[in-house]
Amino acid sequence: SSHEHKLNFKKSKEACLSYIQDALLQKQWKRAAEFLTCYVESLEKDYSREHIGPSEKIWRIGTEILWHHSQSSMKEFNCFMEQMKTLGVKRYLKVCLEHVFHLLCNGQIDEAYQNLSLAESWRFGEQTALQDKEMKLIQAYRGLLDYYSWSKQKNILLEHAEDGFSDLAVEQEMHGYFRKAAVNLKEIIKIPGIWDVFVKCYVDLLEFYGDHNEACQVLNEYAYNSKFPANPNAHVYLYQFLKRQGESKKSLVSALKILHDIVPSHELMIDFNTMLQKSKKRKKRRLGLEVIFAALDYAGWKENAKAWSCLARQVKQIVISEKHLDWIKQEWNSRKDWWPAFHFSRYLAKRNWQENKSLSYEKALVAGILLGKDCKYFKYVSHQGCKAQLKRFRMMKKFVNRHNPVYLRISG
Amino acid sequence: ESTSVYSGSVDGSLYLTKNQKEKLRMTMPMTLSFCYMALLWLREPITLSELLRFVVEGHIPYLNIFQHFPEKMKLCGLDLKIFCVESWPVYEEVFNKMHELAAFLDLPRFPDITDSCFLHPDMLCMKYLMEANLPDELHNWTCRVVKKIGIGEVDFLTLMPGNKSTRKVKYDVLAAAVIVVVLKLLFLLDDHYEWLLSEFAEERNKNNTEGGPYFEFKKWYEVVKHSLDMEQKKLDEERAKYLWRCEKPLFYSVKNKSKVLKRRQMVVNLQNQFGKLSGSVRRAEKPNPSSFQLSWSEENTDGSCFHGHSLKGILQEKCGLLRAMNPDYWLCTVKLCNEKLCGHLAHYREVEFPQSYHFVLGLFSFLLRIQPSYIHDEVCMIEHKLFNKKLCKKLKYNTVLRK
Repeated sequence: SSHEHKLNFKKSKEACLSYIQDALLQKQWKRAAEFLTCYVESLEKDYSREHIGPSEKIWRIGTEILWHHSQSSMKEFNCFMEQMKTLGVKRYLKVCLEHVFHLLCNGQIDEAYQNLSLAESWRFGEQTALQDKEMKLIQAYRGLLDYYSWSKQKNILLEHAEDGFSDLAVEQEMHGYFRKAAVNLKEIIKIPGIWDVFVKCYVDLLEFYGDHNEACQVLNEYAYNSKFPANPNAHVYLYQFLKRQGESKKSLVSALKILHDIVPSHELMIDFNTMLQKSKKRKKRRLGLEVIFAALDYAGWKENAKAWSCLARQVKQIVISEKHLDWIKQEWNSRKDWWPAFHFSRYLAKRNWQENKSLSYEKALVAGILLGKDCKYFKYVSHQGCKAQLKRFRMMKKFVNRHNPVYLRISG
Repeated sequence: ESTSVYSGSVDGSLYLTKNQKEKLRMTMPMTLSFCYMALLWLREPITLSELLRFVVEGHIPYLNIFQHFPEKMKLCGLDLKIFCVESWPVYEEVFNKMHELAAFLDLPRFPDITDSCFLHPDMLCMKYLMEANLPDELHNWTCRVVKKIGIGEVDFLTLMPGNKSTRKVKYDVLAAAVIVVVLKLLFLLDDHYEWLLSEFAEERNKNNTEGGPYFEFKKWYEVVKHSLDMEQKKLDEERAKYLWRCEKPLFYSVKNKSKVLKRRQMVVNLQNQFGKLSGSVRRAEKPNPSSFQLSWSEENTDGSCFHGHSLKGILQEKCGLLRAMNPDYWLCTVKLCNEKLCGHLAHYREVEFPQSYHFVLGLFSFLLRIQPSYIHDEVCMIEHKLFNKKLCKKLKYNTVLRK
């Protein structure tokens, strides 16, 4: 290959960036620093036509190097950040915010708070309005730190209460932090976005001060307002809140129903199925079966004994009652082609038996019902279980044998 | 400081206006043309490629030249466009401008380039053979080619400004091309023959009772490729690390002076901060300019120096004379292009050539710091002179010639 022998400013800096990129990807911080040293003179050249200018590149690259380099101190890092803040007024608040994140990662909460306060008071003509989003975030994070302080004060207060005395000063401080935190947290969650941490903290505050209505409203907004991006966590938070408040089963079920729709593999599906199985309403029990089958479609659940026990319990109950066998048939219809290989192979029978006897027990029961007593999984596990003289395996074997005709009705 | 100090040159803007009747306008690259012209007149032992390499390596003031201006001369405004250098000087540009300049100045015939001059192909071939780690014995062959096609003649080599009929001589490229042609003559370089020949030489080396070993192409290739790759890698890194600015900043006008100074301060701070984190200490002093980029020592016992190797391994005796075993030759191109129309004698990139040929061109391309296509052009030119009679018989395209 022939090499280019010409060189100009722009090309040499492009090459320089390429070397920096390689060094960063390979975590060679010294080498990256070496090339960055050569790159910085780009600041003296006009790059106004480029989408991302050298000052932004230097900020991002320099941050990475200083954060990871073994000989770099927090002092150096902060000094660099201050320089970067002066470099681009259009990025000022963004740089401030990212600096705050680094301080928080380093455990410097007070410094982070100071930086946030300073950034909040920044004004720069029309830039202030243009950087409105960043400003809201800065206020939100200050609110978060205020919540953190509130939380500390609350714990002190509770400790003192345990010891039998009250502390007015601490209480006052605590209320002060609450007010500051609430104001800012409330603002940010109005804007459509993913604000899990802010929502959780705000709700915690509201619950503590007994404003359950407001908390419920906030959570409902967060979960159901279509302007907000779809967020399974929103439904989880709502469900957990309703549970804490001792709300009716109906509202709990409706909260979890949506979660099932968007994340059928969510860990709360076990709770959901348990709740639904117990319901007196036929529709709910039907849904419960659907929920647990859907969860077990996912590889992450293959070895979850609890989930299998839920399915086993419900399937067993249906078989005994001899009512609603068509439910099982419906669920099994779309799964009979692949579940056998996915869950009930002979290899898995051996492995499950070796690693987790309870898991194999539950699965064998299900397999026996769905695939009949001649299925590999059931045969192997029940044989092993009986050989080991474990009573429940013997019972399970008897049960499956007795109800074998059911299998024929399901599979037919 | 008063504003008048920063007015810059009196006629900077006039100088740069596009509608100039004279095409010859002094620019920074043109100063190098001047230098080269003077060096040629004095017949100094330095080629244009070396001169430009020294410039790029910082041994010759060129980049940020204004640092060396007297205090009174302050650059401002459009002067920056003239004196600010942000690209490496290009061989072809400097070369062409030099000739234009010589004609413009109405200079007479330059002092004769004779066979005792450094720029004579016989001399330069010797230097390049050494640098390419090739056997000294190849020098006999290069001299024979030079003599046969007449490119060692005084009238061919000496510059006659304004004479548009003669082709301008690139001494360094010419010498490199001669070596390439000699390698093709002896080794064919068709990706087969040179390796077969190498094996043959290797066999003969086993029974070699004479002092020096026979030259084996394969061994040479491995040694040189290894070094070349290393040096190329170093060069690539240096290109990426190249610094264009200096401590003394330039401002376009008084208005942006404070901004420029602030930026400069920021750059210096960042260079210090990250420089400390670089690990290795940057060389405080530049190494001295060196005429040789690759050097090979015969004292090395690892056999990595091929200067003293003998070509007997690939030659055969006939009638008391040593002749090349290779009877064939392939032309780089059957027909030469019109250089004045398309800028080249041949088109290197558009044809598939053997890898060995690419390698050899690449080697000299690295040493001279020019595109391989320029060496290829000279190779084509030499081949056409060498096989002139045979070509007149109008052979088919891509035929292999019998020598």
